Amino acid sequence: MRYVSQPVKKLDGMPIIKGKPLYTNDLAPNECLIVLALRSPYAYARIKSIDTSKAMLVKGVECVLTYKDVPHVRFTNAGQTYPECSAYDRLILDEYVRYVGDEVALVAASNEKAAQQALKMIKVEYEVLEPVLDYKKAVDNPTIVHNYDDYFMHIPSFNANNKRNIVVDGVEEHGDVEKEFAESEVIAEGEYEVQAQEQCMMESFRTYTYLDHMNRLVVVSSTQVPFHVRRSLARALQIPQSRIRVVKPRIGGGFGAKQTIVSEYYPAIVTLKTGKAAKMIYSRKETFSCSNSRHQMCIKVRVGADKEGNIHVIELDTLSNQGAYGEHGTTTIGLSGHKAIPLYNQARAHRFKYRGVYTNMMPAAAFRGYGATQGQFALESTVNKLAHMLNMDPLLLREKNMLRMGEIMPAYYNEPLNSSALDRCIQRGRDMIGWDEKYPCKEISPTKVRAVGMSISMQGSGISNVDTAGAEIKLNDDGFYTLKIGATDMGTGCDTSMTQIAAETLLADIEQFIVAGVDTDISPFDPGSYASSTTYVTGMAVYNAACDLKNKIITAGAKMMYPERFLDETDKVNPKKFYFDGSRVMEVSTGKTIALHDIAVHCAGTSDGNYLNGTGFYSSPVSPPPLMAGFVEIELDKETGKFDIVDYVGVVDCGTIINSNIVRGQTEGGICQGIGLAMYEDVQYDAKGRMMTDSFMQYKIPNRVDVKKIRVEFESSYEPTGPYGAKSIGEIVINTPGPAIAEAVYNACGVRVTSLPITPEKVKMGMLKNELEKQK
Amino acid sequence: MLVHIFINGEKRKVHCQPDAMLLEVLRDAGCKSVKCGCDTTNCGLCTVWLDGKPVLSCSVPAARVNERHVTTLEGIQDEAEAFGKYLVGEGAEQCGFCSPGLIMNVVAMKKELDHPTDDEIRHYLEGNLCRCTGYMGQMRAIRKYMDEEVEA
Repeated sequence: MRYVSQPVKKLDGMPIIKGKPLYTNDLAPNECLIVLALRSPYAYARIKSIDTSKAMLVKGVECVLTYKDVPHVRFTNAGQTYPECSAYDRLILDEYVRYVGDEVALVAASNEKAAQQALKMIKVEYEVLEPVLDYKKAVDNPTIVHNYDDYFMHIPSFNANNKRNIVVDGVEEHGDVEKEFAESEVIAEGEYEVQAQEQCMMESFRTYTYLDHMNRLVVVSSTQVPFHVRRSLARALQIPQSRIRVVKPRIGGGFGAKQTIVSEYYPAIVTLKTGKAAKMIYSRKETFSCSNSRHQMCIKVRVGADKEGNIHVIELDTLSNQGAYGEHGTTTIGLSGHKAIPLYNQARAHRFKYRGVYTNMMPAAAFRGYGATQGQFALESTVNKLAHMLNMDPLLLREKNMLRMGEIMPAYYNEPLNSSALDRCIQRGRDMIGWDEKYPCKEISPTKVRAVGMSISMQGSGISNVDTAGAEIKLNDDGFYTLKIGATDMGTGCDTSMTQIAAETLLADIEQFIVAGVDTDISPFDPGSYASSTTYVTGMAVYNAACDLKNKIITAGAKMMYPERFLDETDKVNPKKFYFDGSRVMEVSTGKTIALHDIAVHCAGTSDGNYLNGTGFYSSPVSPPPLMAGFVEIELDKETGKFDIVDYVGVVDCGTIINSNIVRGQTEGGICQGIGLAMYEDVQYDAKGRMMTDSFMQYKIPNRVDVKKIRVEFESSYEPTGPYGAKSIGEIVINTPGPAIAEAVYNACGVRVTSLPITPEKVKMGMLKNELEKQK
Repeated sequence: MLVHIFINGEKRKVHCQPDAMLLEVLRDAGCKSVKCGCDTTNCGLCTVWLDGKPVLSCSVPAARVNERHVTTLEGIQDEAEAFGKYLVGEGAEQCGFCSPGLIMNVVAMKKELDHPTDDEIRHYLEGNLCRCTGYMGQMRAIRKYMDEEVEA
């Protein structure tokens, strides 16, 4: 193929490299009012009184808004398809503040100095309330985080109960779990904890807004979900969606953070109140402590097997810390089971219990992996433990029990696995890391030991039966194309990969395409880029649009060749008799041709022309899992517990690769982010609920000295429901480092660290504990 | 206050607050390539050259740059392209938000270091954070750029 599977350079690569003004704050007009938020110093409080009169006197201040100035209609800021799976528990500004950093008031001023000064002049009297800061004690706590009656959840089966601090509560069961455990010869169990990792995209949250000549609200924002922004803003501001236009420029990374609507409401309400352009640029501190993160989860696992290593039963019990507001609470917790348990699809029974709870901490929302990361750390760690209990190679244990092509997955919505190269991923990774020579460990000096560990992973490709995508391709009057998609390129390169699919299908040169960035006035509806949906769902919509346009071009060409034969509009052109090769339409029997350029000119500029616009739509009843095997070799210092990664190998089956450059970059970057989760990134709060790790000084993400060697390869399968056989890549790649590194540490020193990050302190303390136990 | 700064070779009169940092002054002067990523001098996004040496513009008071030469990515477009073609070739630009700071530092490194090893490169660029690439694609691009210059 000309474009599919090729390392096509990103179409916007060079402008980005040359530092052109492409991002939200580069484009904001100079006359924007600067919007800043006054934020709560308390984890839970009621605003008894708030006096803004002095702040209003500061020169340059345009407006100061409090909870008295906003519509009292609750909404969710989760960017999800309507009806959202997240509770309507937010107001733009509320009388109650529910975590340190929650918005108390907004100031808009002509310059930042004035806005800063005005913030200090707002006088607030708080009634300080007792916060819930331990998520394990949140249910039925005397403190109720959302204590009011207009709490609303679309979907009753999630069993949300705000009066008990419960976001979601449920049990799913398949087979006879108790019988299988009773008959199991070996049971591995454990309790695992994954921290509230921060997304840390390099561009913080930012939005600017203005009223256009038709008095419509224009919102230019760094978002993954422009259409959801439009819908949510309309509800929050109580104006019709038709009065809002959302435009997405280039985005400096998202990783899920921008699947939640964070910075949009505030400048929007300022613009509506003042009629003036406004912008809000989150500081790094606000991005750390006043937005959203991964869900902290505690997961209890039991796995029952026979002595030969056949896994018969799996139980997962997840408790998720939602923080102060419910965005993405019900769905992330679901993935902790739905995208972990099916990995061992030979099990005859499983039980998945889950409960998400409100606390007075920063809300958790979407982050690459979306609950699967947490569930897989727990389950993969337990399966690695089971391998030791059975005295069996963990690769063999996986080969015996892992999901296989053609199977129905009861824990994965009963969907079939239509494509898998997981066996080849494991084999390739085993060879690349040198597993057979290195497993489990080797002493390289009296104090240093090298060890290996591994894990497998799955994710989805879009949300089955929920995600939709539209795509349009129009033929312009000079024979070039405009591709319109609603999926949001946030550095992921989907503008390029979608164009590759269109060019491949229309047999065109990639240079013939213009890709229109997302503008909700113009782009076809697309929920946005999340849930690993873009390549698979939007990709198929683009493929369908290209097929539609190709047929229209053939029809137009045939009619131009034989106007008399196709006089009647209902006369159909038989596509078998005519052929389109990308530059001309040809009649198969005669070899007669007509050039694309002539068709384009004719259609655009003559009275019997036509508007040639291909449209496509896609929604899938399945969410085909990409699959992966991750292997790590570490070197551990037994005197200090410090360890480094010597080599990380990731082998992925993402179906057909659409762009080999992009999938490689996604995989290397995702593994690096997973290494951060596994080894460094540690969110910490003080006793009063203030986040202490609110800068890159305190919150460490991996730098290039920490991560020296990541090697990735691909084993392709063919997914029959995806574009050219493709599945997703974006999320799965973050999942393997946690369990693989934990296993390597265990193999190096006998300490199984069950809470991330795995710090030298935890390793050394574990080693000391093991020594003490030996002495006893 | 009034400061005279040579921005990419052109002498500019800049009116700014006494506590203004070079970063905001440069952006206000139209150099939008200069990005703010952290506010705490940890991320490297705002790297520019001051008298030819890389500095973090978020921590340099504009007042201290009076009559000095500042270079941003806008001022080294040819070098940006010479290195950038390798970044684009590897797909290592991804979101691109950290690229301007990285490129300023890589081009400075090329002038400063002779035949650096991979470890020397990593240490030179340790302060340039990136959350997209996992650094591997950047490293392949940097290696190609450095090696090409050596051959030429």
